[in-house]
Amino acid sequence: MKQREEAPVADFTEQYPRFPQDKRGEYLILVPDMLPWHFGLLTSVLKREGYRMEVLKNEGRAVIDEGLKHVHNDTCFPALCVIGQYLDALKSGKYDLDRTAVLITQTGGGCRASNYLSLIRKAMKAEFPQVPVLSLNFSGLERGNGLKMKLSTLLRLAYAIFYGDLIMTCFNQTKPYELQRGACEAVRDDCLAEIGEALAGKGYRKLKRNADRILGAFAAIPVSGGKKIKVGIVGEIYVKYSPLGNSHLEDFLLSEGCEPVVPALMDFILYCVANNLNDAEFYGKRNAATPLFGVAYRFLLHLQKKVIRRMEAQGRYEPLHGFKLLRARADEVLSQGVKMGEGWLIPAEMALLAETGTENIVCAQPFGCLPNHIVGKGAMRTVKTLYPNANIVPVDYDPSATRVNQENRIKLMLANARERAEAQDVPV
Amino acid sequence: MAKLLGIDVGSTTVKTCVLDEDFSVLHTSYVRHFSRVRECVLEEIEKVRTMSETYRVAITGSAGLGLAERGKIPFVQEVQAAYAAIRKRYPDADAAVELGGEDAKIIFLTGGTEQRMNGSCAGGTGAFIDQMATLLDCTVDEMDKLSLSAERIYPIASRCGVFAKSDIQPLLNQGAKKSDIAASIFRAVVDQTVSGLAQGRRIKGTVLFLGGPLYFLQGLRKAFRETLSLDEDHAIFPDDAPCFMAYGAAMSAITSREEKFEDIAARIAAARDGSAITVGKPLFASKQEYSDFIERHRRSDLAFENIFRYEGEAYLGVDSGSTTTKLMLITPDDKILYSHYQTNNGQPLEIVANKLRELYSLMGERIVIRGACVTGYGEDMLRAALKLDFGIVETMAHFKAALHFNPDVDFIIDIGGQDIKCFKVKNRAIDSIMLNEACSSGCGSFIQTFAKAMGMEIEPFSRLGLFAQHPVELGSRCTVFMNSSVKQAQKEGASIEDISAGLSSSIVKNAIYKVIRARTPEELGEHIVVQGGTFLNDAVLRSFELETGKNVVRPAIAGLMGAFGAALYAKENTKKDVLISSIITEAELKTFSYSSRSVNCKGCTSHCSVNILTFSDGRRYLSGNKCERGAGMKVTEDPLDLYRYKYRELLALPDPARGGGRGTVGLPLQLVMYEQLPLWTEFFETCGFRVVLSEKSSRELYFKGQHTVASDTACYPAKLMHGHIESLLDANVDFIFYPCESYNLDEHDSVNHYNCPVVAYYPELLKANNERLNDGNLVMPYLDPNDEKSTVRNLGRALKRYKLPAALIRKAYRAGLARMEAFHAAVVEEGKRVMAEAKARGRHCVVLAGRPYHADPEINHGIDKLLCSLGLAVLSEDAVFEEGRQVKVNVLNQWTYHARLYRAAELCARREDLDLVQLVSFGCGIDAITTDEVRAILERSGKLYTQIKIDEINNLGVVKIRLRSLLAAIEEQKRMREDV
Repeated sequence: MKQREEAPVADFTEQYPRFPQDKRGEYLILVPDMLPWHFGLLTSVLKREGYRMEVLKNEGRAVIDEGLKHVHNDTCFPALCVIGQYLDALKSGKYDLDRTAVLITQTGGGCRASNYLSLIRKAMKAEFPQVPVLSLNFSGLERGNGLKMKLSTLLRLAYAIFYGDLIMTCFNQTKPYELQRGACEAVRDDCLAEIGEALAGKGYRKLKRNADRILGAFAAIPVSGGKKIKVGIVGEIYVKYSPLGNSHLEDFLLSEGCEPVVPALMDFILYCVANNLNDAEFYGKRNAATPLFGVAYRFLLHLQKKVIRRMEAQGRYEPLHGFKLLRARADEVLSQGVKMGEGWLIPAEMALLAETGTENIVCAQPFGCLPNHIVGKGAMRTVKTLYPNANIVPVDYDPSATRVNQENRIKLMLANARERAEAQDVPV
Repeated sequence: MAKLLGIDVGSTTVKTCVLDEDFSVLHTSYVRHFSRVRECVLEEIEKVRTMSETYRVAITGSAGLGLAERGKIPFVQEVQAAYAAIRKRYPDADAAVELGGEDAKIIFLTGGTEQRMNGSCAGGTGAFIDQMATLLDCTVDEMDKLSLSAERIYPIASRCGVFAKSDIQPLLNQGAKKSDIAASIFRAVVDQTVSGLAQGRRIKGTVLFLGGPLYFLQGLRKAFRETLSLDEDHAIFPDDAPCFMAYGAAMSAITSREEKFEDIAARIAAARDGSAITVGKPLFASKQEYSDFIERHRRSDLAFENIFRYEGEAYLGVDSGSTTTKLMLITPDDKILYSHYQTNNGQPLEIVANKLRELYSLMGERIVIRGACVTGYGEDMLRAALKLDFGIVETMAHFKAALHFNPDVDFIIDIGGQDIKCFKVKNRAIDSIMLNEACSSGCGSFIQTFAKAMGMEIEPFSRLGLFAQHPVELGSRCTVFMNSSVKQAQKEGASIEDISAGLSSSIVKNAIYKVIRARTPEELGEHIVVQGGTFLNDAVLRSFELETGKNVVRPAIAGLMGAFGAALYAKENTKKDVLISSIITEAELKTFSYSSRSVNCKGCTSHCSVNILTFSDGRRYLSGNKCERGAGMKVTEDPLDLYRYKYRELLALPDPARGGGRGTVGLPLQLVMYEQLPLWTEFFETCGFRVVLSEKSSRELYFKGQHTVASDTACYPAKLMHGHIESLLDANVDFIFYPCESYNLDEHDSVNHYNCPVVAYYPELLKANNERLNDGNLVMPYLDPNDEKSTVRNLGRALKRYKLPAALIRKAYRAGLARMEAFHAAVVEEGKRVMAEAKARGRHCVVLAGRPYHADPEINHGIDKLLCSLGLAVLSEDAVFEEGRQVKVNVLNQWTYHARLYRAAELCARREDLDLVQLVSFGCGIDAITTDEVRAILERSGKLYTQIKIDEINNLGVVKIRLRSLLAAIEEQKRMREDV
């Protein structure tokens, strides 16, 4: 092993504005529209810590163009969307530029996504040098420029994600069948508002009550009978969830008469936690935090079980899948050692979806995404061998890839799906 | 009885088909729509109006989607339409390949039905073939005929037109035969289909070939038959192939509603565009604004001198560009006597020789050429053939010319046919050079190709854009992407005017934001000179001024600046006592002719394809060679080349006499193995295995594994790995060892020490996509080389069947690590020797900085040799990085190999005898992060940054220009320093 050298350090870093934690209340923190189902709830929680946040909803060509100016051709599309959204918003004149900051997540993994932060910082330096960039991470990166959180806040965030997943799942399972247009949206907004309040105040831990409230509200929506073709969405985290990233994929699938099946965000969180445990097991990489990850893992699994139990008790909705099952599916396709980007989670989700009756799958990835070479296109052959009925289409998202191109490929997948449904005599 | 009507609207054509209720064909048609989709469909269906009162109709095809949606006509996805038609008409087919205008598809019918379409970044389609024909200056039919008489195949990238162009242009310029190139283009299309679409699944059995190109082009058919080894019985080319999808659509129309013809036609006629496209501002608000603009630019003209009257000396400049050839003759006071600009039609030598003949007759005895200089792609060849006095790298030529127009110039941008070049100028010297990368070169020739596709010449086409009211936003990326943006705009009903203006603005945005990578227009500078043929297009010039918000200087000779600069150079550098140029004389020209042939050099394992031009006076000129040996010269001195050293030493590591008691292990020499070969060789030999290396990388090896490549946008080193695995499987080793490593060695200079995802997990992809691999013959443990305990345990588990004692594994692993360290130390030592020797010989050193696997000659394409031939000594990043200081950078520094880059750059930044050239693999997402950082480190101390993007393409011509520009600029800077 090479030894640490005590050499002088050449510092090439540029100065950037720090976020004044003591004046956090004076700042408005802009949040990219990464997780439309969850970020609203997360900001409710962070309000308790004194952070004022706004989830951006701006879209359109101007957003993409701003991104194009600041992001290298070969850099991922999500980085481009996020940066574009910030700049477009900051240029709108709606914000007090001296009292605005922007927030980005970092996982600290081996894919380049953890470098979004430095890309954003470069873009800000060029256009809005006074705007600080904050990091939301749990890997100890960017000390001093991260959100400061109490343990109890972390707990609230975990609950927020579970509730977000539950609302998303109920919505997706109801929306294709609603009789009165807009009924689902109304219930969704009610639930988000109500749960948001609970998360900001009291009662968020009453999981049974809250879950039943959500389940009941959606179940009360009048629906048509029959079954529509289910289409699963897996892929890189941003383009999987963000309508800006995936050209409103969920809406497109709904308009094609399908039922979108979007796996839970908590699975991604659990995947990140499990990777830390795997590292300890595979390579003996243990440190002070390792036992904490163990505790967190068990605690989240416990909560997940409770949510699943509520869904089963209610009976109307196909429950979320247990995370252990997901890990078991991963092992059939590849090793859980593949932990960069969305890693083994993507093939695991594809396998589990195929196994549980959602054989039609869109694998969404940013063009040229490195981990997806392995876990997306690279793993599809194995998934199809294991589940011969799996009907998977990989779709690349890119600032210049047109919707026609993307939708045409999805339509091909849907045509196959319909044909199979007819062959099996399932009404479409 | 209602008839069935199928309409297939592709990216370039409209096909229709009318069927009886029993599916017998009554009518088919096939026409190009030239983007007038709706009108064209109406014209075509009008022809069948009288065939039936009522119809059932369905639309298919990529450009038909919007029409179907707005006309409320049933739509059937085109692959699905083809699938239905195939099952009806050719029930015995096993697979079908369909090439369309911009799509390529494969349908597997037996052994698991599967339907695939090309991804968003894939050439190898009809549009690609069209583009290539334009490049060869012939029609597609002519290209087809030519291809049938081909004698050899050149490797050409077909992944996208831009790549293929950069492969083809040098071939043309070197005088390769058009027929060979034509056949190579078709072969490239086949390769693209096999690797990009089949992805691990073999195309075999009875194969059906569909779509326009495969119907019309014999050469393409031949290439498919040969590559897939299909005989006449198993390769079926249906007579109605072009209309096959329309046939399928008509079949599926059986479920459509029966309607009157008039109703259908009326709905299509009414299907006007939505407003899904984004539009920008017009280029000119008024005619007045336009005439002011014209007036302002007229000021930057050169004076002319009458060649029929002038007497005295003159200087000639020749610019042999990639697509055009330019000549200019000037007087000593810089007046133009003569100039010429034309597309070179792949015959630059022919053209220049002819123009010289013309010049001689114009000049008579009155004018004497005292000096002549050539620049551009064809520089070496023309200089040798026509005996010109000087040759300079084109960046210098352009710089010289720009200085003439504005001595204060601080920024020059040149957009040519397929290059974009930008220079920043400080203190009258080039400060930094930016050239377009292979993937963002949507340059001038794109407009030309597109104009042709619309059936127009480039000039009237771009003039149309000047007064467009709603220029379309087309994005700023490579041509393939722009093509689909254009398709979308057409679908939405944008006019040709709006598209023309949109294209001009795309080119400009591409240049500013992608090539120059400017964040704001202010970064460009105050005094901007624009040049290159593309800027003669007023729409492009105006777009540039609008985007930058600055008035710029465009010389009237914008397209001739290279030639002008060369002429200036000749004037400045002709010595006083030289009274007449060495250029070929009028008498010699009368009998001048040449012939060309190509051979494979056998000087070394590179097997360069060398082109030999033989001139009528017996002289020869060789090109395409990477080193002196290829040019028939003896290599006189030991090259100062660390890349060569590393590669040679790596290959020598396995000892065939050692080990073997326990069996044989295959190590694929690619990706991580380029770093860890010493470790694993020693490990396995100590454990009693004989180590077998995979075959040396080559294009042939790549093709061997191509059918298992799952993701065609992965980097070339990764894609080559598939061939290495095949070669080891063929070598019958007991097992292949290839570990998965999330973590690389911790060299304590970065926050974390990851491998990139591709290096880390490629074995998983190989196992999933190569059916010959299984748990038995591919041993791929997950290891963290930093942790001995878990590594020994995991190796033991992976090699369980050999029952190796843990103590042996530990001992062998330690020995392996020691061997790796010794190997590294030897590389560092050799690096020091090279540096010392370079100093002694007065050579400048270049650190060719990339990844360990860039030492592979197939990956670096012999760039190290090229550097040596330019008189430089070559070092590698791993040999020098430890001399660099620890660095703090702005990005998250968390990959081992990349941390080395930063430190190597830090070293070069403060050493006068060192410069850095960064090698970047195409598709390397992580280098998208590192390149800006390395550039910043170098530029902070005034060093030039040069980046070379490499892929499977082997085009040293462009690389050479970059490197020579770098050298010229280094020289220039040195001179400036000495002057001060």
